[in-house]
Amino acid sequence: MSTDVLTAARPTPGVAAPQRPFALVRHSAALAKRSIIKLTRTPEAFIDVTLQPVIFLLLFVYIFGGAVAGNTHDYLQFLLPGVLAQSIVTTITIGVNLNSDMEKGVFDRFRSLPIGRLAPLLGAVFADVVRYLTICVVTVGFGYVIGFRIQTNPMAAVAGCLLAIGFAVCLSWSSVYIGMKARTSGAVQGITFLVMLPLAFGSNVFVPTATMPGWLQTFVNANPLTQLVSSVRGLFLGGPVAEHVVWTLVWMLGLLVVFVPLALRAYNRKA
Amino acid sequence: MTDYAIEAEGLVKHFGATMALDGVDLHVRAGSVLGLLGPNGAGKTTAVRILATLLEPDAGFARVGGHDVRRDAQAVRRVIGLTGQYASVDEELSGVQNLMLIGALLDLRKPATRARADELLGWFDLTDAADRPAKTYSGGMRRRLDLAASLVGRPDIVFLDEPTTGLDPSKREDMWGVVRGLVADGSTVLLTTQYLEEAEALADEITVIDKGRVIAHDTPDGLKRVVGGQTLEVRPVDLARLDEVRVILGEVSDAPVDDPRTGVLSVPVDGDQAMAHAVRRLLDSNISVVELSLRLPSLDEVFFTLTGHTSPSPDARTDSLEGAQA
Repeated sequence: MSTDVLTAARPTPGVAAPQRPFALVRHSAALAKRSIIKLTRTPEAFIDVTLQPVIFLLLFVYIFGGAVAGNTHDYLQFLLPGVLAQSIVTTITIGVNLNSDMEKGVFDRFRSLPIGRLAPLLGAVFADVVRYLTICVVTVGFGYVIGFRIQTNPMAAVAGCLLAIGFAVCLSWSSVYIGMKARTSGAVQGITFLVMLPLAFGSNVFVPTATMPGWLQTFVNANPLTQLVSSVRGLFLGGPVAEHVVWTLVWMLGLLVVFVPLALRAYNRKA
Repeated sequence: MTDYAIEAEGLVKHFGATMALDGVDLHVRAGSVLGLLGPNGAGKTTAVRILATLLEPDAGFARVGGHDVRRDAQAVRRVIGLTGQYASVDEELSGVQNLMLIGALLDLRKPATRARADELLGWFDLTDAADRPAKTYSGGMRRRLDLAASLVGRPDIVFLDEPTTGLDPSKREDMWGVVRGLVADGSTVLLTTQYLEEAEALADEITVIDKGRVIAHDTPDGLKRVVGGQTLEVRPVDLARLDEVRVILGEVSDAPVDDPRTGVLSVPVDGDQAMAHAVRRLLDSNISVVELSLRLPSLDEVFFTLTGHTSPSPDARTDSLEGAQA
């Protein structure tokens, strides 16, 4: 370390740009970019949004396709919208990420900078949206390779993807809440998994609800993921969707009403 | 009108039942270095976290760069740089990406940030590692990157919370060089440390805190006068010659020779003349030694003198509480 160089430099005035508008958006975007760089640097996190939906499609289509739907082609059409929605919902990592930033002291650095208090939180949300978009592209893209076809129109399909992404954004506030409350990032992961597992499998992602016993149908129908999957399925394949979409939106609103205040309060206490 | 870059009065902070700060006053003149000295759990980190706007005090007030830390936290954040006790760089990001991120969050223009990042990486010997993820860095490199990150915005006021803890001695000297450079540059530095030697090497003034209270505030020389100068220790190879050594040591100091451990004689001295004299006399008398050292009073001795009790052993409870808030 040469220290004589240090003494030579004195703050050059005008290095700092004048305060530009939309500071919160700009800072959140900078932090989102950071999370995305991290994503590409962490293979296991990247696999989560690329290989996982592919593996789910391959496994379920070719192992269960014949048994469930008579042939793999028909089952793929049924399964893909479900895998898309499920992969997006289970890839919510915002709580784990925020918790680990706090654990490691990275958060302290951010908080010592003149940025909005919410910037790290919004940055993490933006970054998760990029993950969701990746899943949409990968799932639909790979689906097309193995024979999936959208049967409605591109606009409806895009609407389906956006609905799934919007749902995940609403649900991610519960992840923020858990992330702020749990002691370690490992604990966040554990709790999230425990909540997600029954939601992911106790749904109509893999088989139609009608094939299940009555008591399970009650749970499956109450599961918000079922409404989301039915909506995406309808938007991709056709059929009545209005009721499912409305229920999905109601769930989204409910998640926001419950978890945004809880998450923000816990966040503000720590951040 | 004051020329204090940092002023704090009556800072109080509880964590549950633990009193982390119990009415702490701090004053740091602009362009100077204040060493905040104290054992683990004394409240050093809590004080820094309050001044750096990461924690709100329960009582008292603090102004940093003329801005109230409570009412005007954003203005404080614009003029400070913080290097925490735990390296807080992003491990997945490369060195240069870490610094660019800080620049973006400080609203610096990209080319200016890039130039500043290259400059800082150069100063901290990290140019070769600039594009490697920080998780591949050694502890010392990470620490340097962390310090670099706090300097991206050329802050007027720099908080260094135990910047050399865990660094090997040569890197410690390098870090000291950086701190001196910052001050020559016109920055004000508040440095916490557990090492009296470090505070003495860098600080214009030293505030000693213990159990959340200020127990002394003075210049290093003033503090040393309170605590006493250096200690010369000699351990001859041949224990039968201890008495001869005792006589030699008696020549270099007015104070009585004391034997802190078996076979070791020690005597308080001021200045290194005494050391030179003792070495010459030992050589003349053909006394071989296994140990010959000149050392500053240890933090324990400072505490013993200032408080009358030895410094509390690292208080795990307070520590973990501070850690939990970190």
